[in-house]
Amino acid sequence: MNGYNFAYLDEQTKRMIRRALLKAVAIPGHQVPFGSREMPLPYGWGTGGIQVTASVLGQNDVLKVIDQGADDTTNAVSIRRFFARTAGVRTTTRTSEATLIQTRHRIPETALREDQIIVYQVPQPEPLSRLEPSRAETRRMHALADYGLMHVKLYEDIARFGQVSISYDYPVMVNHRYLMAPSPIPAFDNPKMHMMPALQLFGAGREKRIYAVPPYTEVRSLDFDDHPFRTIRAPHACGLCGAADVYLDEVVVDDRGGRLYVCSDTDHCAGRRAAGHVGADGMQEAAE
Amino acid sequence: MTDDTLLSARGLTLSFGSIPALVEVDVDLWPGEMLAVVGESGSGKTTLLNVLSGRAAPHAGAVWYRDPSGRLHDVHAMPAPALRTLHRSDWGFVHQDPKQNLRMNVTAGGNVGERLMAQGARHYGDIRNQALEWLRQVEIDADRIDDLPRTFSGGMLQRLQIARTLVTHPRLVFMDEPTGGLDVSVQARLLDLIRTLVARLSIAAVLVTHDIAVARLLAHRIAVMQRGRVVETGLTDQVLDDPQHPYTQLLVSSVLHA
Repeated sequence: MNGYNFAYLDEQTKRMIRRALLKAVAIPGHQVPFGSREMPLPYGWGTGGIQVTASVLGQNDVLKVIDQGADDTTNAVSIRRFFARTAGVRTTTRTSEATLIQTRHRIPETALREDQIIVYQVPQPEPLSRLEPSRAETRRMHALADYGLMHVKLYEDIARFGQVSISYDYPVMVNHRYLMAPSPIPAFDNPKMHMMPALQLFGAGREKRIYAVPPYTEVRSLDFDDHPFRTIRAPHACGLCGAADVYLDEVVVDDRGGRLYVCSDTDHCAGRRAAGHVGADGMQEAAE
Repeated sequence: MTDDTLLSARGLTLSFGSIPALVEVDVDLWPGEMLAVVGESGSGKTTLLNVLSGRAAPHAGAVWYRDPSGRLHDVHAMPAPALRTLHRSDWGFVHQDPKQNLRMNVTAGGNVGERLMAQGARHYGDIRNQALEWLRQVEIDADRIDDLPRTFSGGMLQRLQIARTLVTHPRLVFMDEPTGGLDVSVQARLLDLIRTLVARLSIAAVLVTHDIAVARLLAHRIAVMQRGRVVETGLTDQVLDDPQHPYTQLLVSSVLHA
């Protein structure tokens, strides 16, 4: 595209971001400040993720962008089209074909490989933000690995509700050292981060922070010995493809209380249906 | 300084501008002993407490602390993580205003359990049982464990702060006017509680107070401060019954005998 550098950002900015990325990879889970640029989309729509993607994107990369697991929502479509225009890279909706995946709020159901990079869009990189208002103090707590406060939050949840009530952005310990916010992915996806073969990069545009989890790094969700971490999902099978081990979206289909549970990962669902799997509502659809 | 001194300070000097807050102050504290620091407002009592606990640095002098393995540490030369660890395990700090120490939006149980969790306790049932046990020790009903501190009275807040501080069995506790701002009957109960707990757990403590009666009731030894200097020090009864320094004499004679 004329008038723009490859992948929109100028080379100096990309260098700056890559330097921050290298530092982030060297210290897994540590938040590295960077000079976040204004991007042609509003804060909260993935300005951090899009800058990280622009900095690591190469001409031969195949890009996939997902939003809440779906490839066809506004955010995903806009960012995918943005890079198709400014970088001219090949895009895809297939997880297994992609070399670079930018995501908002989900990790794909298909296991990622060593030759893939996943970029998370992060609204709030500081896991202690709701517990300790001072950023100077949270930085000190990270420096001293003083994370008792996070467990106080878990204790309070169990005392009040009988269980930990955090269902997304569930805090994790990375490499036994840094407490990290995994971005607002469902707690269901947390175990996928543990020893993941792919490189995981996190970009927070408004908060101007980058952090990373290198391949094959331990990522443990916080818990108590007698209240171990457990994933929560809707107790249903996907209505379209019948998968019973995936994260589901609840879709209201009529005004009489009708509900349809479908895979939140659209690519995974489409792949299963193409392979001949049919769910309870999928057959109905075919009959109609 | 002898072989078993727990905390030892030599030549502590600190001034705020032209105002001397501490002048050549020496302090020694042995395990299980309670030292009261008395004096009028502005005599440097709280500053001394802050310097002894490493929260403020002196312009001159040093503070030494002996850890359980017998090694001496220069409190002001310690790396920040080590000092932080000390503050959340071996040491405790009781503020005059419990709201400075407590988390007001966290339940009583969570407040008591925080130090345990900061030390790495990861068993919810154990933490809760210890919290219950400590609430019992400071005479707070067990069914208040899931209540927020803002529903507690002033005396209860102070007792909750003490439970939160003592739950990790510290060896040394710094107390800044722990009974200040409480009415007399609540004060008496709290003093009784502190005396019992400190004796049973054999905790050493530095107690800052302007109330001579509190010092007489709790402390083994007493240090009298005036304008940043320790003007008299010795066994509590000895100093209070036979004060030598004019300022101490004034202080003792000005106490009203009801």
